[in-house]
Amino acid sequence: MDRSARLVAHVTKIIAPHANDFVKALRWIILAMIAGLGVGWFITRPVPLPAASIDGLAGDPVNGETIFAAAGCGSCHSAPKRDPLILAGGRTFPSDFGTFVAPNISPDPDHGIGNWTDLQLASAIVKGVSSEGAHYYPAFPYSAYNKAEMQDVVDLIAYLRTLPPSTQPSQPHDLGFPFNIRTTLGGWKLLFLSDDWALSDTTTPEISRGRYLVEALGHCTECHTERNALGGLKRNRWLAGAPNPSGEGRIPNITPAGLDWSEGEIAEYLKSGFTPDFDTAGGEMAAVIRNTSQLTDADRAAIAAYLKAIPGIGE
Amino acid sequence: MIIGRNAILTITTLAVLGSAALAGGHLSGDQEKAMKVRNGHMQLYSFNLGILGAMAQDKAPYDAAAAATAAANLAAVASISQDGYWVEGTDTSVEGSRAKPEIWTDFAGFEQDNADLGTATVALAAVAGDGLDALKGAFGPVGKACGACHEDYRAPRE
Repeated sequence: MDRSARLVAHVTKIIAPHANDFVKALRWIILAMIAGLGVGWFITRPVPLPAASIDGLAGDPVNGETIFAAAGCGSCHSAPKRDPLILAGGRTFPSDFGTFVAPNISPDPDHGIGNWTDLQLASAIVKGVSSEGAHYYPAFPYSAYNKAEMQDVVDLIAYLRTLPPSTQPSQPHDLGFPFNIRTTLGGWKLLFLSDDWALSDTTTPEISRGRYLVEALGHCTECHTERNALGGLKRNRWLAGAPNPSGEGRIPNITPAGLDWSEGEIAEYLKSGFTPDFDTAGGEMAAVIRNTSQLTDADRAAIAAYLKAIPGIGE
Repeated sequence: MIIGRNAILTITTLAVLGSAALAGGHLSGDQEKAMKVRNGHMQLYSFNLGILGAMAQDKAPYDAAAAATAAANLAAVASISQDGYWVEGTDTSVEGSRAKPEIWTDFAGFEQDNADLGTATVALAAVAGDGLDALKGAFGPVGKACGACHEDYRAPRE
């Protein structure tokens, strides 16, 4: 008899008198596993906003236009090289998980969001849950928008409804297994979604405003912070730079350890796109500048003040 | 036998050195010159933009003559023919190049962006000496033209 056969014989001898108990225990283990799956499903299920979340809030499309610029909606949802206010979708975003395609969010009733209620749209923006109750991929930065004021969200929705419709059908994402299974996103949200500010203490109203613009609306961290293997942000590397998902070059470190521009120079860059030595923003940042150029001087100064207030993180 | 072994060693050494040179992406003279002149061209923009930008951003007092000269320089640089600049094999796959492959796959779009810069710099040169407000008004579109091309055709720094 070899060693493993002897071991099986030995274990069988010990278990044999307790065979009934063993089967009973197994039954409980299987039941517990099923219950565990049920609990897992329950805690990772898509949860939209509570029905009363936007009760009593009237949307103001004028402020909504500012929110639209600050949140950069058009940079992803407009078609490449087309009118930035026609949100037909179609831009592609390569990543380690596959290629995401921005959907049509124009007010077209068939191909866009024309038939969605305000509550459904607000749930999409701050909860990452679709009108059909499915999880959205975090390529849609609800992980930042979840910190937005509900009044601003309602204003944004009012503005979106004023934009021209497009009949361009949305295209599916092209993702590998298992990332193509949307239910797994509940687990992602459980692990990585947080409505805590990265900069927990702000010393002035200006820095608080800057934090709101950077962390909630501007979602700067989506590109400027490194991610872990599952695509969660490394919050201890906040805004310290990251590889470019498209593979070319690096998104720069914009903490005080990486960016030595003055607050005035940062604000000017966000206005005109010019760096202090009169180079200009390029790549995706050129689109960001088109948005930040529409903000007020006070808001650009607030962003600059925030970037000076966060901890400097070296390479 | 000894000579034979030396010959083999020499051939091996040459082969290793040769493949190392290939792996390092050795550039031809034309490619190196093209990359140098592109950088120089951009520095001429940057130098003259700096003079105008300091005034437009209220960091330096407005000087009509200096503004007019810098703006005329910008328009002149923008009008220089770029024939020979965009040599094949000098895109981001080459060390030190931030020129995206899209320059070669969409050369018409690239040329259009360059033409737009020409238009914006000519408009700036026409008014840069007419006062600070005129300068500020025409300076913005030049920045937008720079950004439009960098958006599509320039890669981020390594």
